[in-house]
Amino acid sequence: MSAPASPARRVLAQTRFEARALLGRSEQVLLALVLPALALVVLAQTDAVELGLAGGPRIDVVAPGVIALAVLATSFTSQTIMTAFDRRAGVLRLLATTPLGPGGLLGGTVGGVLVVQVVQVAVLGGIALALGWQPHLGGVPAALIALVLATAAFTALALLLAGTLRAEAVLGLANLVFVLVAAGGAVLLPADRFPSPLAEIAALLPAGALGEALRSALGTGAFPTQHLGVLAAWALVCSLAARRWFRWF
Amino acid sequence: MPETAVDIRALRKAYGATTAVDGLDLRAAAGEVTAVLGPNGAGKTTTLECLVGLREADAGTVRTLGLDPVREAAALRPRIGVMLQDGGLPLGARAGSVLRHIASLYREPRPVTDLVERLALADFLRTSVRHLSGGQRQRLALAVALVGRPELVLLDEPSAGMDPQSRRVVWDLVTELRGEGVAVLLTTHLMDEAEALADRVVVVDHGRAVARGTVAELTSSTGVVRLTVPGGLDAGALSRELGVPVRTSAPGQYVVEASGSPGLVTAVASACAAQNAQITSLDVGRRTLEDVFLDLTGRHLR
Repeated sequence: MSAPASPARRVLAQTRFEARALLGRSEQVLLALVLPALALVVLAQTDAVELGLAGGPRIDVVAPGVIALAVLATSFTSQTIMTAFDRRAGVLRLLATTPLGPGGLLGGTVGGVLVVQVVQVAVLGGIALALGWQPHLGGVPAALIALVLATAAFTALALLLAGTLRAEAVLGLANLVFVLVAAGGAVLLPADRFPSPLAEIAALLPAGALGEALRSALGTGAFPTQHLGVLAAWALVCSLAARRWFRWF
Repeated sequence: MPETAVDIRALRKAYGATTAVDGLDLRAAAGEVTAVLGPNGAGKTTTLECLVGLREADAGTVRTLGLDPVREAAALRPRIGVMLQDGGLPLGARAGSVLRHIASLYREPRPVTDLVERLALADFLRTSVRHLSGGQRQRLALAVALVGRPELVLLDEPSAGMDPQSRRVVWDLVTELRGEGVAVLLTTHLMDEAEALADRVVVVDHGRAVARGTVAELTSSTGVVRLTVPGGLDAGALSRELGVPVRTSAPGQYVVEASGSPGLVTAVASACAAQNAQITSLDVGRRTLEDVFLDLTGRHLR
């Protein structure tokens, strides 16, 4: 009579559903793609913001920073808010009674975020290349590792906040964190442009570590061991905390 | 004896100092509609949540389709269809995409077009859930509960917020499910819903079952005489005159709690004549489920 689809099909279905939810709303597209694209063009093409560069094209510093910012917007800010309101509306409770279950829901959530990030990297990377960005190809594997670790850390942090706090509190907090980190978190601009001790602190936070790792890997082809270590530590701690405290309903 | 779909014994569940379910026994069989009838706060929703594994019992045993709903959740989930009281539908998504998405979680779902037709969803498939009316959301939630061809359907207050037409559609569908051998367990505080649908009724109050049986069994114990006196009458005086309880069910509506023998009807009529009270209708009949329910659960508001 009743039989579930295979686990892979269920997770894929949820991935598709989550990705559509993330990209299907205008405010999400604005946060995930339009604002980062604007930041990319303005920072790279004008002198509106003093980057204090020793030399080299502005786009080589700006492109990795904007990609880091876009990843933060999707996997942390959007995901936190969406999960918190779904939880309040009982969506997680209902899905927990379908064949998807909690495990499939988690898989689909991470999958949806990854799909959106592929779109973000393709669109923003494409614009940056058109603006003359010349990333160091040897650094691409390290950059991908940084993106995956950062996504794990941000998504786990998103679930931790959404699964423990009230939806309205989450809405305010997620936006506040995004603005503070975007402005002073060594995401868009290199950490050494900030005064001490802000620079050191920012590089130890996941958003700053992602920005630094991407700039280092794609700018010089170096393997940013320290920044990847910071990201891995955050991913581990946040995952354990989410596993411990997250409540589906 | 039909196959047991739900078997709850001595279930206890407390939230802090508040005991929601306090030693409840409940069984529901395949091919039957079982209504859990009770006032708000009686523990109906908590019971249902324990049945589907959303909450774990503090004490007692819960078996859903023979499985432990917490430890054997993965095996249970594909075989049940659940409609929660708050709907639980993602607010930002379109109605049609929600239904198709849930359908895609099953190997051989019920055809979505079939449910769209039966529950009249076609007009709002492209509307986001946020903008649906209460009745539309409930119909969509029911479609979501049924799309996986469940063996057991659990409905928490299924016709809350529905207009009479929607309710009729839902009732017809529930009756059809029973005919297909599906076990249906629904919670309600609507007497007419329980009377219209249920093979068996379990009246729940303060977290325990206070009565159970078929609607006929629960309502057949004594008869009543119902009368309408738009100008009102002195119910206390009437009760003393007749020597049986008389209650006011609504302004101008009275229920004499005794079987309507010719002698009693005559006595009621002459008592009203003595009070100069004009009767516009007088009905001799069985107690309704509502009479039973109010007797068992009391008349104060919660």
